[in-house]
Amino acid sequence: MKRLPTGGRIDRTAPLKVRFDSQDLPAFQGDTLSSAMLAGGVSLVGRSFKYHRPRGIYSAGVEEPGAIVHLRDGNRHEPNARATVTEAFDGLTATSQNAWPSLGFDIGAVNNWLSPFFSAGFYYKTFIGPFKHSTKFWMTCETFIRKAAGMGRATYLDDPDHYEKCNAFCDVLVIGGGVAGLSAALAAGRAGAQVMLVEQDVDLGGAVLSDPVSSDGDSWVASALSELEALNNVRILTRTTAFGAYDGDAYGLIERVSDHIKAPENHQVRQRYWLVHAKRAVMATGAIERPLVFGGNDLPGVMLAGATRTYLNRYAVLAAENVVVATNNDSAYQVATDLARAGAQVLLADMRPDPSEEVVKLAQQADVTVMPAHGVIQARGGKKVTYAMLVPVDVTGRAQGSPQKFEADLIAVSGGWTPVVHLWSQRYGKPVYQEDSACFVPDAQEGQTLQGAGTAAAAESLADVIAQGFARGAEAATAVGHPDSVGIIPDAFATGPFWQQGLHPAWAVLTPQGKTQGKAFVDFQHDVKISDIDQAHLEGYVSVEHLKRYTTLGMATDQGKLANVNALSRMAELRGKDIPEVGTTTFRPPFTPISVGAIVGHEHGRHFRPTRLSPIHHWHVENGAKMTEAGAWIRPWYYPQGTEDLTAAYIREATHVREHVGMVDVSTLGKIAVQGPDAAEFLNRIYVNGWKTLAVGRLRYGVMLREDGFVMDDGATARLGEHDYFMSTTTANAAKVLAFAEHLLQTAWKDLRVHVTTVTDQWAAIAVAGSKARALLTQVSDADLSRETLPNNHWTTARIGDVDIRIHRMSYSGELAYELYIPAGFGRHVWETLYAAGSEFDLRPYGTESMGALRIEKGHVAGPELEGRTTMKDLGLEGFASSKKPFVGSVLRKREVLEDPARPTLVGLEVEGDTGAKPGSLLFSLAGEAKGHGDGWVSSTTYSPALGKNIAMGLLKNGKDRKGEVIRIVNFVGDQTLKAKVVSHHFFDPEGERQNG
Amino acid sequence: MIRINCPVCGLRNETEFTYGADANVQRPEMGEEDTQPWVDYVFNRENPRGWHREYWHHAQGCRQWLVLERNTLTHEIGSCQLARGVEA
Repeated sequence: MKRLPTGGRIDRTAPLKVRFDSQDLPAFQGDTLSSAMLAGGVSLVGRSFKYHRPRGIYSAGVEEPGAIVHLRDGNRHEPNARATVTEAFDGLTATSQNAWPSLGFDIGAVNNWLSPFFSAGFYYKTFIGPFKHSTKFWMTCETFIRKAAGMGRATYLDDPDHYEKCNAFCDVLVIGGGVAGLSAALAAGRAGAQVMLVEQDVDLGGAVLSDPVSSDGDSWVASALSELEALNNVRILTRTTAFGAYDGDAYGLIERVSDHIKAPENHQVRQRYWLVHAKRAVMATGAIERPLVFGGNDLPGVMLAGATRTYLNRYAVLAAENVVVATNNDSAYQVATDLARAGAQVLLADMRPDPSEEVVKLAQQADVTVMPAHGVIQARGGKKVTYAMLVPVDVTGRAQGSPQKFEADLIAVSGGWTPVVHLWSQRYGKPVYQEDSACFVPDAQEGQTLQGAGTAAAAESLADVIAQGFARGAEAATAVGHPDSVGIIPDAFATGPFWQQGLHPAWAVLTPQGKTQGKAFVDFQHDVKISDIDQAHLEGYVSVEHLKRYTTLGMATDQGKLANVNALSRMAELRGKDIPEVGTTTFRPPFTPISVGAIVGHEHGRHFRPTRLSPIHHWHVENGAKMTEAGAWIRPWYYPQGTEDLTAAYIREATHVREHVGMVDVSTLGKIAVQGPDAAEFLNRIYVNGWKTLAVGRLRYGVMLREDGFVMDDGATARLGEHDYFMSTTTANAAKVLAFAEHLLQTAWKDLRVHVTTVTDQWAAIAVAGSKARALLTQVSDADLSRETLPNNHWTTARIGDVDIRIHRMSYSGELAYELYIPAGFGRHVWETLYAAGSEFDLRPYGTESMGALRIEKGHVAGPELEGRTTMKDLGLEGFASSKKPFVGSVLRKREVLEDPARPTLVGLEVEGDTGAKPGSLLFSLAGEAKGHGDGWVSSTTYSPALGKNIAMGLLKNGKDRKGEVIRIVNFVGDQTLKAKVVSHHFFDPEGERQNG
Repeated sequence: MIRINCPVCGLRNETEFTYGADANVQRPEMGEEDTQPWVDYVFNRENPRGWHREYWHHAQGCRQWLVLERNTLTHEIGSCQLARGVEA
């Protein structure tokens, strides 16, 4: 391995500091990590997944299965980075992965000798049966297996980088910046369409970049590029991978903005996720070379032929001086020629008996020794190739004589090429097998908005590549309304033997008995051998999808880009069928691995979802409230005094409300304006109770059911005017109720003249509760709140200072209470006004925890009881249902199963002892075993300051008839059993004397 | 990603919408007292392969319920109308 003194597309004036394990590599700007490794003589890069076999650089692209490393350090540490697509930068550090204690001496390599034990499906077979009674041994083994198997190690540190997402729209998205893609972009761009051209590489040109510098291809690319750059309607993104093609013509792209430098610049993102909406797309994604299967074909030093040419011409690295090229097609002749011209000794073994005179002559002119009807049956060496065993073969690849040993430090293989059809297949399903080019291609159909072009669509010559690209680009532009002239098609340039030319479909070199000479790999990254496929077949796994899962073929980070066709052809051979009959597995996004960070963008931590704040929020925070999340809302949980904890604080707050007066921010309640001449009829239908008689100035508690008869929500609705109602919902169900109301009005009840509008954010709401509530509000407002003027379930307008508000008299706590509805912008002002005026009444704010304690004491249902599985009857709410009218759910609530008297019904529980019960605990009678689901469950719990004991609400089978019974509350999670007496859930002031006072 | 051509707001991403229900089932009249029609309305659905009429809600847009044609096999999107304007 050596760097040539001249040539390549590297900047020799810009040397870079690049380090792999403890070795400094001679890198230049323009190198990749793998080209720097080759230039530095690194052949052993990692250890394989299962057997810890030595792995080297196998390719020069995204398909790389072997040169997988840990990249960067500390919090930027990244596992499973492909060295072949990692651009070299100054300060790059990489380390080998999956090897211990060192890459050279890896203890895990013992697995290689234990390989019969780790064959296909071993995981499924090995750990069943004898361990029936205990999983302990299994778990012990698994720990070690997991440690030994596997890929890179992820960091536990937070990612310091930023990622962003953006949307883009274009007429034509061209994926791939090779010759076909450039042609497509030219045609569509000239026609005037909005074009996006994306290329995963840093440079445009595709396969041309593997040609010698200053070749005809270079000038072709340069001329296309200069024309495209002059077009304002063409946008070019490099270092950008189109990883997914989705319904609705959406494409997912990752732009690697800063991966080619040590760390992103200030205020710059690491990667950018583009969601591109493209009316048409051209998939000019090229083709990936296919390996050949023979013994030891995974040894470092076995490399794709095209890759060796890329390293030579693009990076000026001659990967070896003693090369055996093994091929079944013409394309490797150009590789052999280029390597020989650069100074290597090259022997070319062609599995075909009769390669064309033209290519043989080409090779011989460069002093390449050509051996037709020969194949490599085995690569030999320790940690790298030292010999190639060559053997005469028949047309199927079976050995016809005895192997001959040739010294070689590189075996360059070409088993033909596989079009990159991933995006097309993600979108439209399985590709079809094209017999004459022996590969899967897109099944192009009329109406498909994504069309393949170039070698991705099995083009037959360079002129065909250009023609296909140009035609697909022009068609796409026309389809989106840009039928302008696309000008003259660019001429083809001179090129060597083309990709699939002369391909002979034989991919494995086997002994006359059909065996491999040593371990022969199909999937290099997941250590799947030919013999594993044979075994899977023997065991009846004949479907490719089953084969894949049983052997884990194609399930590593390279997703079988190299493995697929070789595995399919083996399965086809074993089954005596054709490849098309065996089929291929499904392609799914992403095409290449992508960072989760890029998909997440900024939506993590506090930005994971929107946060809703009450208009009074900042007062709570400024005054020391502990806040809690309630859905999207942040609400005051409790207001600790001194060193109070939650329990001490909520007990004090609840006591204070019962003895004096408190106020709580209830702005989070859902509020819906129900307006229109038929508003009362609408309410009559959506609530179980009647609304026709509700007078202006009054309000009423109502219960809503779902269509299936279960309780959906409850809340109070006030009649503000003749056609104007103000509905409140629970905080949690506000959006659901609104959407349901809109659905009914827009689909089934179109005749009702009603509008529903959310006004949740327009109104702040404060509940003032306690015996001194009336005195306090009478002092701060101009309203007459006397019992006679404003009894329970009435509302009035009022002024507090300069602010017009509404006061609804209703109680959730069981105390004399009012709800103040205040225009949101004045919410905090009114809260502060109350707070200032409240000092003489000893007014205190209280939080959601004490609000909960008060409502449990009172026996009101809330979220834990309205959980979607409870009926009105279960909750003792059926008295609200009108028998005079139909309402949503009125028929289905009467279903037999829901009328079953044995259903759990709402009860109160007085819990014995000092420890309260935990919600979710199960209820059991005193006798018998505590097993199964029990007789019911605990829904809400609290300590009741008013009763001086722990209480709970729960749902209990035959609950109505069990008052007075002592039962058990079992918390299986906490392993705790308590006793409790079943009582009415109206624990406190059941007659309502306090709230009606 | 599905794109839905809302008659009010224009072509928008599916992320703005919420799937609601099968638009082929018809809600019984309010006075219907038999259980079966309600059971059919709430629970019983065809599961067609191909074109399907569905209610979608433009929850993060105009708040209109739409009747959308969607192909359950290919995920193609067909016509889209306001539910208000569609004869039940």
